Amino acid sequence: MNNRNSTTDKKYTNSRSRILEAVAKSKPAATPLPDLRFALSDNETQPELVSSFEQFVQGVGGRVFQLEGAGAIRDYLQKEAPTDGLVINRVEEIGPIDEVPESLSTLDTLQRAYIRGKIGVAENGAIWVDETAMGKRIIPFICQELVLVINAEDIVPTMHQAYNAIQVNGAGFGVFIAGPSKTADIEQSLVIGAHGPVALTVLILK
Amino acid sequence: MSKHATLAAQFNADEARTDWHDQTLWWVRQKRDKAAHSLPEWEQLRQWASEIKNHTLSHLDTYLQQFEENAIANGVNVHWAADAAEHNAIIHQIIKANGVQGIVKSKSMLTEECHLNEYLLKQGIEVVDTDLGERIVQFRKEPPSHIVLPAIHLKKQDVSDTFHDHLGTEKGNYDPQYLTHSARKHLREKFLAADLAITGVNFAIAETGGFVVCTNEGNADMGAHAAKIHIACMGFEKIIPRAEHLGVFTRLLARSATGQPITTYTSHFHKPGPGQELHIVIVDNGRSRQLGREDFRNSLKCIRCAACFNTCPVYRRSGGHSYHTAVAGPIGSILNPNLDMKANADLPFASTLCGSCSNVCPVKINIHEQLWKWRQVIAKEGLVEPSKKAGMKFMAWVLSKPALYRSMGALARWSMRKLPFLVNNQLNPWYKQREMPKAPRESFQSWYKKQQRS
Repeated sequence: MNNRNSTTDKKYTNSRSRILEAVAKSKPAATPLPDLRFALSDNETQPELVSSFEQFVQGVGGRVFQLEGAGAIRDYLQKEAPTDGLVINRVEEIGPIDEVPESLSTLDTLQRAYIRGKIGVAENGAIWVDETAMGKRIIPFICQELVLVINAEDIVPTMHQAYNAIQVNGAGFGVFIAGPSKTADIEQSLVIGAHGPVALTVLILK
Repeated sequence: MSKHATLAAQFNADEARTDWHDQTLWWVRQKRDKAAHSLPEWEQLRQWASEIKNHTLSHLDTYLQQFEENAIANGVNVHWAADAAEHNAIIHQIIKANGVQGIVKSKSMLTEECHLNEYLLKQGIEVVDTDLGERIVQFRKEPPSHIVLPAIHLKKQDVSDTFHDHLGTEKGNYDPQYLTHSARKHLREKFLAADLAITGVNFAIAETGGFVVCTNEGNADMGAHAAKIHIACMGFEKIIPRAEHLGVFTRLLARSATGQPITTYTSHFHKPGPGQELHIVIVDNGRSRQLGREDFRNSLKCIRCAACFNTCPVYRRSGGHSYHTAVAGPIGSILNPNLDMKANADLPFASTLCGSCSNVCPVKINIHEQLWKWRQVIAKEGLVEPSKKAGMKFMAWVLSKPALYRSMGALARWSMRKLPFLVNNQLNPWYKQREMPKAPRESFQSWYKKQQRS
């Protein structure tokens, strides 16, 4: 690599090959990888998975609405419309797709963002969102309220099934999101709304 | 007294705070238990995690090269650093080459280990730590005292005073919500103004050349997506072979750390964002030496969950700063003697060897056995304190002479009953913060002999 400080050049010529040589010399005798044949918990029905998922989303500080049909979505949007501020929609079922502004200072005023989640995880309430659904990588983090929209049939039991269902490098960036941002760094008192959204809403479409 | 014991005594001077620290970390340990017990397959997950890490260490050179190749194909700049100085110099070089002004950093114990902030400050470059706990200790010019809960040694009054001084918050307002939101506002400005974001790495995937960063606050993502340049720093042991292995580690990490079912954000970075630059610095800094130490190499399996901190009776009662290193607690006490055996010779002795750390470790590191083995290495190297050495020699002498041992036992029992001031005084550390039980009249041996006769 060319990024090397000239003053340290002599001591550190070719750290890469020296590190790799040292590792090759020091590594222990080969051991096999475990076989991760996980009993896919097909004993859980889809309604049970949805119910567990809902409980975990609430447990990590999010709100959940189960919506069946276009009418239910319209009713939700009417009732829960934000009173003011910038809203960006990236989900077809919600309405026309909005262009994402480039300016960070504009995005800093983002009140709400609607984003499509691909997979939900019943054991922890996490939702996989990839870059293609976000419009811009920072959107799900910079908004005050994040609304993730997910299909009921896309909820899987555990992280094992979730990683089977997604392609981690399908886009340049992807993230599992479980709840609004939070911290307990002051005396272990839980505070919702650290640096990311202060609220998370999950819409489960049936 | 050893360095750890001296610093622990300072921490213990505030008894109420020590009790709070002890109980709060025990509460975190209990949350971990609850989360672990909710999964019937928990032990299977630990076994898998341990085997994946063992396998990875045994093929580490191959996986590192595979990771590098895939990362480069993804458009990432890969750098290799033999030690802390080279790690810092690489980052400094990127800063200079790009005329970077604002720098934000999310939690990375590696950058603490390399003292990156101090190094850059000497070059006149300021780094803003964005994890709330780390920002608090940065304002106070203190190191983090815990790898997951950096400000666990502080009370909300301390945080309030610190924020009043640095952020102009209301004096005497101790409300954690108010204080957190003030920090949120302050750090939003820093995120939006930053040109460069530095993050750590929780897992690096050889198969795809990508890496995973876990946070609850969203600070790693706010930084990495807002800034033009993102540098991710990783110790070379962060590698895992395949993406499917993340299923095992993401199920273990947060449950072991805080009892959460998963961290709020589990972010997977593969390619630089549009118009952005992505760098990865792969660091050795003594790790290849540790890999070559048969008794200690599997300390490199650590995923930095800090479950061993929270359960440790010594850590809970002595505080992270008493370990005087970037990574405290039981795992730090087996990692740090590798970095500097002489400076950290006290740490393997800061343990009761109760084994609780090994029992909670999600990747099954035999922590307490390694602590005991480090003691032997340190003794062989002649790095044990003279007082401890003399005491051990005396004990060995007494224990090798049964008659002497019995008469000394009788003398000790008699003096504890009749002349307690002889033993319960300032010269005897066993009586510090401790009441001794009443001494029995006879020894177990003489009682046992009587029972045999009757």
